[in-house]
Amino acid sequence: MTNAIPSDQIGFTLNHTSVSANSPPGERLSETLREQMGQRDVKIGCNAGDCGACTVLVDGDPVCACLTPTHRVAGRQVETLTGLVGYDDSAKALSESFLDQGAAQCGICTPGMIVSAVALLRATPDPDEEQVKDAIGGVLCRCTGYRKIIDAVLQAGTSKVTAGADGSGKVGSGKTGSGKVGSGIRHLDGPAKVRGTLAFGDDVAPPGTLVLKVIRSPFARAAFALGDLDLFVATTDGIKATLTAADVPGDNCFGAIPAFVDQPVFAEHETRFRGEAVAAVIGTPEAMRAFDPESFPVDWHQLASVAEVDAAMANDAPQLHTGRDGNEMCKGFVLCGNVDQALEQADIFVEGHFTTGFVEHGYIEPEAGYATFENGKVTVHACTQAPVMDRDALEAILGLHADQIRIVPTAVGGGFGSKLDISVQPFLALGAMKTGHPVRITYTRRETMQSTTKRHPAEMTVKIGAMKDGRLSGLRFDGVFNTGAYASWGPTVATRVPIHASGPYRIADYRAQARAIHTHNPPSGAFRGFGVPQAAIAQEALFDQLAAKLAMDPLEFRILNALDNHQPTVCGQVFEQGVGIRACLKALRPAWAEHNAKIAEFNAQTTGPLRRGVGIAAGWYGCGNTSLANPSTILAGLRVDGTIVLHQGAMDVGQGANTVIAQIFAQAFGVPVAQLTLLGPDTDITPDAGKTSASRQTFVTGNAARLTGEALRARILSMCNASPEATLEVGPGVVKVLDDGHSHQIDLNKLEPNAMGYVLHAEETYDPPTKPLDHNGQGVPYAQFGYAAHLCVVEVDTALGTVKPLHFSAAHDVGQAINPLLVEGQVQGGIAQGLGMALMEEYLPGRTENLHDYLMPTAGDMPRVETIIVEVPDAHGPYGAKGLGEHVLIPTAPAILNAIHNACGARITRLPATPARVHAAIKGLTI
Amino acid sequence: MGYYTPDTVPDALEVLRQGDATIIAGCTDYFPNQGDICAPTKLLDISRVAGLRAVSQTTDGWTIGAATTWSDVINADLPRAFDGLKMAAREVGSVQIQNAGTLVGNLCNASPAADGVPPLLTLGAELEVISLRGSRRVPLVDFITGVRQIDMARDEMVVAIHIPAPENAPRGYFLKLGARKYLVISIAMVSTLVALDAGGRITCARVAVGACSAVARRPGALEVALIGQTVDQLMGDPGIWTRHLAPLAPISDVRGSADYRQEIAGELCKRAVMGAIQ
Repeated sequence: MTNAIPSDQIGFTLNHTSVSANSPPGERLSETLREQMGQRDVKIGCNAGDCGACTVLVDGDPVCACLTPTHRVAGRQVETLTGLVGYDDSAKALSESFLDQGAAQCGICTPGMIVSAVALLRATPDPDEEQVKDAIGGVLCRCTGYRKIIDAVLQAGTSKVTAGADGSGKVGSGKTGSGKVGSGIRHLDGPAKVRGTLAFGDDVAPPGTLVLKVIRSPFARAAFALGDLDLFVATTDGIKATLTAADVPGDNCFGAIPAFVDQPVFAEHETRFRGEAVAAVIGTPEAMRAFDPESFPVDWHQLASVAEVDAAMANDAPQLHTGRDGNEMCKGFVLCGNVDQALEQADIFVEGHFTTGFVEHGYIEPEAGYATFENGKVTVHACTQAPVMDRDALEAILGLHADQIRIVPTAVGGGFGSKLDISVQPFLALGAMKTGHPVRITYTRRETMQSTTKRHPAEMTVKIGAMKDGRLSGLRFDGVFNTGAYASWGPTVATRVPIHASGPYRIADYRAQARAIHTHNPPSGAFRGFGVPQAAIAQEALFDQLAAKLAMDPLEFRILNALDNHQPTVCGQVFEQGVGIRACLKALRPAWAEHNAKIAEFNAQTTGPLRRGVGIAAGWYGCGNTSLANPSTILAGLRVDGTIVLHQGAMDVGQGANTVIAQIFAQAFGVPVAQLTLLGPDTDITPDAGKTSASRQTFVTGNAARLTGEALRARILSMCNASPEATLEVGPGVVKVLDDGHSHQIDLNKLEPNAMGYVLHAEETYDPPTKPLDHNGQGVPYAQFGYAAHLCVVEVDTALGTVKPLHFSAAHDVGQAINPLLVEGQVQGGIAQGLGMALMEEYLPGRTENLHDYLMPTAGDMPRVETIIVEVPDAHGPYGAKGLGEHVLIPTAPAILNAIHNACGARITRLPATPARVHAAIKGLTI
Repeated sequence: MGYYTPDTVPDALEVLRQGDATIIAGCTDYFPNQGDICAPTKLLDISRVAGLRAVSQTTDGWTIGAATTWSDVINADLPRAFDGLKMAAREVGSVQIQNAGTLVGNLCNASPAADGVPPLLTLGAELEVISLRGSRRVPLVDFITGVRQIDMARDEMVVAIHIPAPENAPRGYFLKLGARKYLVISIAMVSTLVALDAGGRITCARVAVGACSAVARRPGALEVALIGQTVDQLMGDPGIWTRHLAPLAPISDVRGSADYRQEIAGELCKRAVMGAIQ
């Protein structure tokens, strides 16, 4: 037959170099480029054209490499990011502008973004914003909220846009300066992201590594019987081994919270959610490429399951775990004052019921990694938010000692809470131990969506009272949270929600309960805010209703009731300083006045179905673990050649810990940040800096970095009796100490290096001061809170039910912005996630297990964001800084819902507010 | 097993005659349907067949070759009757998808939410389907017979879409309703083709509604009712948009309920007709 392209010599041009591929028919170009050509800059996020991370240029046109057969490019020109940044002027300009703008957070979408933008700039050198959105609209980003990416492309096109175009005047040029605290320097780890050289979970395994795939339950609940696995291995080409519960040498059990450890690595008799692992298969890459999990010998028997909390709490419901009667895993409770009396005495009250669904974290990098087993030691390279917790979990599962396990985290392509839990780690470790060979795994998009944790669906009933003068009089919150099949971080959600469900307000009489109920769903776990965003939806919507009943301005109503210094929180905690919510709310007054006026004018002049509205909402979040120790330790050392090494164990999942922790250390030590060499995270070389969650890294690890910098500085100063005001100059072999006109020199060659090679070093630990909560939730749960208030303008198409956010103003009290550029990035990215939660995101097992049925915001959905950085310093924070990571999401959804009501009168109480639901709510008004 | 890239249609048909080949072009549906398994397969890539990637004018209309991408259509110089098709092309997925995906592939995939079907229905498109047994022309309305079902035998392939020359210089328009911008599958969509006489009366009205039935439909009664109407008359009869939508049979899915689709279809028809006029 004519014209069959020989599969063993598919010639094409890759980044201006002739290459030849050997690929079977139907192999995707993304696979060929990554595994045969070493182009690991081509990222795979979905294998379905839904995320655009794999965008490459074929004959100059951007296409998804995952949708391109390798044979298709025979004789053609293929270009990828690593090539383009070497020879293409647009790509060079984009890589610089992305760094200037902080447009690469985790970096997993960056290759797709820059390659798409190169195609745009080649055709349209001076694009406008709409053209930029059209060009990058096919690439999903879960971190940035797109605004900084749009600005970066505009900057590369025209050099007219400078950093901070979205608002804060504080942000500087985005260049690397001394990096002192408060300066908006570029991400220190940014260059590898914009050049495509940063290695994520799927980027570290050498080609040819054995591949592991997981066999998962097709049913929410099923009994199963494994077939003859030895026979399966013996009779299937390329299959090397299988793994089941029988291969787990230690405990076939893991979990985030010690008292609730309940999740098996491999289910043993019965599965409890669709997608739960029962076995794994390990084989050669060639065999596993064509391996169909349906061919694995296992018999399934579907069993009755419960999906919703009401069904799970019914008397005859199947029980998921013994000892958790009624499928209730745990509950959280906070009580102060007398809420019944306060509500009775209130002049007015409002009440409501609110429902939210499962929300998927939606990071573009599926879980992936690589493990080796050599000389009795397991080394796991995988994406994670919590390397030391991973090691602890593997200790129990593998039955090894901690020093036999090394966790070397790869770069993380987004986490948002889900990568706190172990996922691929035990499979990889067990596979490497059983086969004696390195093993790799990458979850498919469907696997990551089926099997990793989700945001808890919530059923919330809330009643709030107020007096005629606008003062709050009682708040009662009753929440039922669908915690899925296993505990994960559900107990944390149950604990956090009652503490935070008051919002950042002074409420003397309060009763809040949150119950976590098991169902046959994927485990609900940690997701940016730990249940607080759900609670804020109910509380902040009802606050608008209270203000309306009182005929008060919604913003002034909140300012009136805002918590202040010296006032007890609902946990009885009294801050003498640092409470910044009123400052945040007041910072919104100009935008509130401006947008109310503009909207009134628009609505008065509009005769069609479009109506605009503005809404506000506030939020707070306690930084660090709730009434539990959560120390961070930082180590730094000076080598004889003058290299300053910072052992930075705080996982940077895109939020910027590598930059912020370094800035804090450099400031405390007294050197420019550019002089630092960062090591880690790596459990063999970095002390435990805790997990990247609970908005704790800037606060807790930042303090450890500050203390370590101060300690190292103090040692040097003491060596020459210099004053605290002295300045340090660290150079090869010498430290110069300049003190009040005197210069001292410390000859590093005369100092004895320790085992790590440091002639001077320091290691300090910080643990936030908290106190336990009593049975009524009274105590000191957190050493600090951060505060936020958002304003949102929306346009509602009342005939179709569609909602288009037009503008956000976001005021955040961060105490002290260590890096304002990164603060803006966090705020914009959090708002995008809040927007998605409000308007489009709902994970339905079996129905939205991909990124075209599960919708997350694209570049076309995010309006401009005015970021207002409020700085009410906190006595506990490093240089006054407070955490920020979760706060950015909490007020967004309620602000949008309040804006929808303001626009058209419809109150949305079930999320997401899809066009169909908004349309139904509007229709309900007019009947 | 094999990857075939014939240069000519007869060569392609010979591959099909031998059997078991899957025709691929843009692959924007092929790969997602494969899932994450790359099993041995026989692929017939028609993207290099001479003449198939072209938009060309014929004596009696226009031809769009089977390997023509959405981007090719966006970039083609076409009369305004094709504005709706171009608007639909710009709403397909993303630039990446538009650069790879083909119109014919969109029709052959036969999704109820296929963006290409409503505008091509309004344009009266016919498909040229050929095999070594011969060639036939099938109106698009007959070609897609159900959800993921088309009138094409295993040895046949579509080589072109033929569109008759539009009369009276009508203008096309397209509206897609989705829950986000870019990369979104329609909740519902409407394409229109409308022409007016000198007095502002509608002389040609074609309306096609997608994602509200197993196959996109043209509500004929609505089209008839629109003939002779002026904008002012239409504004005075808001019920006209919903009275004639009985042929629709929307379902409920994750994107929206059946009731919602039925209710907003009329609004979309109104906007798409008004958009074509203004």
